[in-house]
Amino acid sequence: MTSNESLPAHGYVQNRVDLALIAEMIEPNVRVLDVGCGDGQLLALLARTKNVDGRGIELSQEGVNACVTRGLSVIQGDADSDLSDYPQDAFDYVILSKTIQATRNPREVLRQMQRIGKHCIVSFPNFGNWRVRLQLLWTGRMPVTKTLGHDWYDTPNIHLCTVRDFVALCEEVGFRIDDAVSVSGNRARRVGRPGTLDNLMAEDAVLLMSRK
Amino acid sequence: MSQTVEFQKEPDDAAARVRAVSAVTTFGPEAPLALDCGVSLSPFTIAYETYGTLNADKSNVVLICHALTGDQHVASRHPITGKPGGWWPMMVGPGLPIDTDRYFVICQNVIGGCMGTTGPKDIDPKTGKPYGLSFPVITIGDMVRAQAMLLDRLGIKDIFCAIGGSMGGMQVLQWAAAYPERVFSAIPIATAARHSAQNIAFHEVGRQSIMADPEWRGGAYLDEGTSPAKGLAVARMAAHITYLSEAALHRKFGRNLQNRDKVTYGFDADFQIESYLRYQGSTFVDRFDANSYLYITRAMDYFDLAADCGGVLANAFKDTKTRFCVVSFTSDWLFPTSDNRQIVHALNAAAANVSFVEIETDKGHDAFLLDEPEMFATLKGFIGAAADRRGLK
Repeated sequence: MTSNESLPAHGYVQNRVDLALIAEMIEPNVRVLDVGCGDGQLLALLARTKNVDGRGIELSQEGVNACVTRGLSVIQGDADSDLSDYPQDAFDYVILSKTIQATRNPREVLRQMQRIGKHCIVSFPNFGNWRVRLQLLWTGRMPVTKTLGHDWYDTPNIHLCTVRDFVALCEEVGFRIDDAVSVSGNRARRVGRPGTLDNLMAEDAVLLMSRK
Repeated sequence: MSQTVEFQKEPDDAAARVRAVSAVTTFGPEAPLALDCGVSLSPFTIAYETYGTLNADKSNVVLICHALTGDQHVASRHPITGKPGGWWPMMVGPGLPIDTDRYFVICQNVIGGCMGTTGPKDIDPKTGKPYGLSFPVITIGDMVRAQAMLLDRLGIKDIFCAIGGSMGGMQVLQWAAAYPERVFSAIPIATAARHSAQNIAFHEVGRQSIMADPEWRGGAYLDEGTSPAKGLAVARMAAHITYLSEAALHRKFGRNLQNRDKVTYGFDADFQIESYLRYQGSTFVDRFDANSYLYITRAMDYFDLAADCGGVLANAFKDTKTRFCVVSFTSDWLFPTSDNRQIVHALNAAAANVSFVEIETDKGHDAFLLDEPEMFATLKGFIGAAADRRGLK
């Protein structure tokens, strides 16, 4: 879906590949928290196909109200300040889909996710993608791509990273990477553990992690 | 002896969307109400209304809890003012968020109230005179305990949905905390888990206004044949301001003059807002008892759900299975979003199933009673999803 109604507050277009991949990683009948759930597309999908007990946090009130109207359990809040409320192991899965680059303190967000979720799934735009690298190299200006559509001065994406950066942070925080998918256009490739090629080719990465 | 008397209410003309059944249940000496203050209230009466049909397994009950000056006439003509449609006409009815074709709605006048449930204006059997100030001080917990006794009497084990705004929201929270296994879903609207210092302050202004009226007579006005109407009207005027917002006041009235071209250099109601408030005050006294106002505001002041749980609000909702939907309004400064968010934080800490919507509006605290399409849409979604989850037809 690329229509405006699915555009989350951070202006990063959700594509179905991303959501379907995340849904595939989740066992049925579990408790899920979707942080930055937008209008609830993923939660609705999970409720329908996996019978999960789903909850959401969304920054934009518009998104929250849309979610609640469709019967989803969603609160207005943000990843930086509201994850600390939840008790340890409150969820089987905590999902942060295309949101981490917009958080103030990504490391703390990951630590909180690790505390409250047995498994965590994070998807993010890969700043190491060859198009991004080439743009910076050729034009000498901050890259603006299909998936990163903002100019440097008005982007909500304040903490962009490469796949390799993210893997390093997972290491530091004490996450084990259980699965990874590299997404490019409409193609998704399951890679287990992301390598150098993924750091170059992936437009988006989806990682399934758990505590070490 | 305990007994229930029921009657079909005359339907409202055009506004009648659903037939109300008005009922009064009296609890005799065998069923006293144990109050938080230590007093046992007996006998006592609960006046309530129902709408819709109770299903065979009694699983479709929606309990509506009314606010400070509300009553059981949630969707039917008010017997004193004659106002048709009740106080929540856009929320309760066929096809509305609280769909009377699908749910069985109960709305009870709170204990301490003045619309048929036992309160300070009723006769104290010990003295043969109206209770007045000898009526025991009641709490939100007492209101809810009384409501639970009525449900017991009706053979209703649990509530599909408890919903209410303002003080009604406090009762919803109290229900969820005191009887978690009896509440399938809960919708506290524009409320707080404890009454703020500012709100206690406003209530105190209202109470002092009533008590300053010489006709109040230390609360014995009914016995002495007087009426503290002036004091009660001023209390209502002050309170009414807190239910609105500066933006709404400006939009509706501005500095517009009332039926005149220029100010009169006197203390007549020159401004429309003055005239409006005076009207609000004067009509209120016809339908509300001054002592009830004292007791019910006091109940709200005393409300502090966390205090009963070691100071940690989350403990009030420990292991709850209730599905919550908290609603606040951007321009509500009486129960601001921050108060409502406190509830959400506590529910998250208890890993409860919670939704939280903040509705954008300039109508202030009263927005929950008004035409707020986004509130209706989100609540319809929440209630509908909860009903599906419960397997209601």
